[in-house]
Amino acid sequence: MKIVVCIKQVPDTKGGVKFNPDGTLDRGAMLTIMNPDDKAGLEAALRLKDQYGAEVTAITMGLPKAEEVLREAMAMGADKGVLVTDRVLGGADTWATSQTLAGAIRNLEYDLIITGRQAIDGDTAQVGPQISEHLGIPVISYAQDIKIEGDSVVVERQYDDRYHVLKAKMPCLITALAELNEARYMTPGGIFDAYNAEITVWGRNDLVDVEDSNLGLKGSPTQIARASDRVRKGVGAKVALDPTESVDYIMERLKEKHII
Amino acid sequence: MNIAEYKGVFVFAQQVDNELSGIALELVGKGKELAKDLGTEVTAVLVGSGVKALADELAAYGADKVILVDDPELKEYRTEPYTHALASVIEKYKPEIFLVGATAIGRDLGPRVSARVHTGLTADCTRLEIGDFPINPIPGREQLHNQLLMTRPAFGGNTIATIACPEFRPQMATVRPGVMQKARKDENAKAVIEEFNPGFTPNNNYVEILDIVKAVAETEDIMDAKILVSGGRGVCSAENFKMLEDLADVLGATVSCSRAAVDSGWKPKDLQVGQTGKTVRPNLYFAIGISGAIQHLAGMEESDVIIAINKDETAPIFDVADYGIVGDLNKIVPALTERLKAEFAANK
Amino acid sequence: MDFMLSKQHEMARALFREFAETEVKPLAQEVDETETFPRETVEKMAKAGFLGIPIPKEYGGQGCDILTYAMCVEELSKVCGTTGVIVSAHTSLCCDPILTYGTQEQKQKYLPALAKGEKLGAFGLTEPGAGTDAQGQQTKAVLDGDEWVLNGSKIFITNGKEADIYIIIAVTSVSTDAKGRSKKIISAFIVEKGTPGFSFGTKEKKMGIRGSSTYELIFTDCRIPKENILGAEGKGFGIAMHTLDGGRIGIAAQALGLAEGALERTIEYVKERKQFGRSIAAFQNTQFQLADMDTKTEAAQLLVYKAAKAKETQKNYSVEAAKAKLYAAEVAMEVTTKAVQLHGGYGYTREYDVERMMRDAKITEIYEGTSEVQKMVISGAILK
Repeated sequence: MKIVVCIKQVPDTKGGVKFNPDGTLDRGAMLTIMNPDDKAGLEAALRLKDQYGAEVTAITMGLPKAEEVLREAMAMGADKGVLVTDRVLGGADTWATSQTLAGAIRNLEYDLIITGRQAIDGDTAQVGPQISEHLGIPVISYAQDIKIEGDSVVVERQYDDRYHVLKAKMPCLITALAELNEARYMTPGGIFDAYNAEITVWGRNDLVDVEDSNLGLKGSPTQIARASDRVRKGVGAKVALDPTESVDYIMERLKEKHII
Repeated sequence: MNIAEYKGVFVFAQQVDNELSGIALELVGKGKELAKDLGTEVTAVLVGSGVKALADELAAYGADKVILVDDPELKEYRTEPYTHALASVIEKYKPEIFLVGATAIGRDLGPRVSARVHTGLTADCTRLEIGDFPINPIPGREQLHNQLLMTRPAFGGNTIATIACPEFRPQMATVRPGVMQKARKDENAKAVIEEFNPGFTPNNNYVEILDIVKAVAETEDIMDAKILVSGGRGVCSAENFKMLEDLADVLGATVSCSRAAVDSGWKPKDLQVGQTGKTVRPNLYFAIGISGAIQHLAGMEESDVIIAINKDETAPIFDVADYGIVGDLNKIVPALTERLKAEFAANK
Repeated sequence: MDFMLSKQHEMARALFREFAETEVKPLAQEVDETETFPRETVEKMAKAGFLGIPIPKEYGGQGCDILTYAMCVEELSKVCGTTGVIVSAHTSLCCDPILTYGTQEQKQKYLPALAKGEKLGAFGLTEPGAGTDAQGQQTKAVLDGDEWVLNGSKIFITNGKEADIYIIIAVTSVSTDAKGRSKKIISAFIVEKGTPGFSFGTKEKKMGIRGSSTYELIFTDCRIPKENILGAEGKGFGIAMHTLDGGRIGIAAQALGLAEGALERTIEYVKERKQFGRSIAAFQNTQFQLADMDTKTEAAQLLVYKAAKAKETQKNYSVEAAKAKLYAAEVAMEVTTKAVQLHGGYGYTREYDVERMMRDAKITEIYEGTSEVQKMVISGAILK
């Protein structure tokens, strides 16, 4: 079995976000991590590898620096790493990103593609389903559990209050949530091996069946009109009321904030 | 793509088990506002099997028109037939705006539809308005009018971005549930109902549903909770935490606590918020009977909204609270729980 | 001379740090408070390969260098001194002598399970009458047919009751030198837990590293196979000393981690704690104390890493290891003490990690050769 796992290097938003003077994100000043949902997807692939035997290829699109996240994937146990990087791919929205990744994946053999549900920098949850559409294969989002049965996968797919047990013929794309599993750690020896391994680097010309008009900033249907740091709140209000009035007051605030 | 051909605001009227989801009515409400700004109509797209009866409810909440895609293949949500339904509707009716709820279903469906019809999709929007793009005129660049400006948080809520989709139609967005307002219900309102069936022939992309299991919610990690009801020394006893648990139940919230509550043995350590406990940033944090020692504040001051209830008006918790209530938690908390229950019962 | 770490080492450090923060830190207080050996953490470390870092891959290890191993102990000790010493004692005092002195059969038999962490290692040299002075040894091993028969006891043994494989130093005979003085001939042995006649005595109640399992080992007519002698008969003293040289690098890394951990906690704390209307970080006393602490900690790090490199590249690295341990231990004690002071009253309570770190730091000046012994090693080399 061959599994392709899409991973993304993202700024670690846990430590807060840093901005350039012009309001754009200062990615250079922030630590980077493997996107948590993607890591769960990789772990799911590695477990399938442990259980059924598989070749796991990690693929990422990004700046040359994104090579690090591939090394991490390989230090965890991925067999191969593919970096898709090219200046013309910069500024891509989810449409252009999914076109790019689909174009790269067309070079690879796969029975299963696993992506994270969403990346913590964009929180869009769009790229996985869009890749599947471009490749014309079924998608199962929010996998809770993945099993292989012959030429099919059986996946528990989570919704708000229920889950569906779904069966899809491979090839198929699955999106994973960080809650799906607890990802293994890299091993120290794996780290040193990963740095000795070769990483495949692809550019624009290596993409299969993708038009220029679908790539990068120019190929992105969505455009940013305005981006800003979230406005920090000032000192709040303080009231001393009788209990009933206090409850009124809280109810009003909850409604104002659309909490209820 | 001839953008001028695309007219009207469409919303996906999500239903589960033949019951409209709250988001469907919220989208109709928002869609109506946008339609008004554009001088057009709002159309609800109702997809399912045997769901025609729901059209009246959509009308009552403001839909001018309902497109009904009804087919046995659409009984349970599955990505492919639903994608086919919406993509076919878009192809045929050419809406300029198409809104989908940012629910588990919508966030699976939206991307697939947008990829099929080749347009942009903005995820998890919290604000939608009609405006110009670019927002401010830029010399040498045409400023487009009547664009959908879609605003959404990103980077874990650290930033806010406003997105436009000027060159493709429809302008698609998934919209966060609970943010938009439903319109006032008008039982007499009627909508034009149009049935449309693009044909559903199972192919490789149709997955098979083997089983449907309704899950029981488990206790949530306080770091993942959207709402936390947190108690401290002022709660006075383990038994009194029941008040907080009741409030949390009504709100679908999780109970957490300060160090004092852990040290007193009222609550386990894994519920402790603060420097020596966990750092949380829920959408709403109730600090009840918590004085707000710096060690506690360090673990919760990033919460979106903080409501503090404390009888000591000089308590430092009030320095970080958005809304501070000086008063007796033993009276306020149970009363608030009852009021919320009544409120939810009324809106059921 | 290159002071930059390679990308591999940086990534390994990031791994150790993430593991320490996620798996070790949340348990550190409880492990100390309840004096519980963190068995689950050891199992997780085993899975992640942390118990076989410098063991070659052919023996099931990770095949990494000593520096990577030292960084692992350092990062673990930043959040929990107990966890740091478990890895150190296992790797330096049990795996290393088997790797260095073991026969091919011994390596094949013991190293894979040790490197994968399926088995834990320990080392027994110290006795009530013999610390670093090997001539005071009382434990005896006598060959009887195909078996060695061990009698005696060892004290203060790290990983004592939790280990599976023990390196035990014992007297195998006594010779008389030219001047008529008797000299003990010492040998090293591999002893497995569960061997009849091998039992455990008292558990030590300690000031620090309280989760570490420190026990007395008792041998009463304990019979082990003849082939379990490690190295040649009579070479035990050299083996023990060489093993301790390596062990000191591990302990130096532990001390370094404790200093770094205390410094990190203190930096966080002084930024938040307010006195007289401003954060205590705004006071010059705080600033200068932190400057000293940081400088000394970094100096200790350089010595520790240099010693780790020396073990990789030199046959003899006693002096490098001694300097690293002497200095890192002193810095650990100084930095953790200052950290408690800067925390004020809170620093003296068990709610704050620096209190534990200060107690943990003290042992690094004592075990695997006290600071005084390190000075003997260093001065001996200078004056030779």
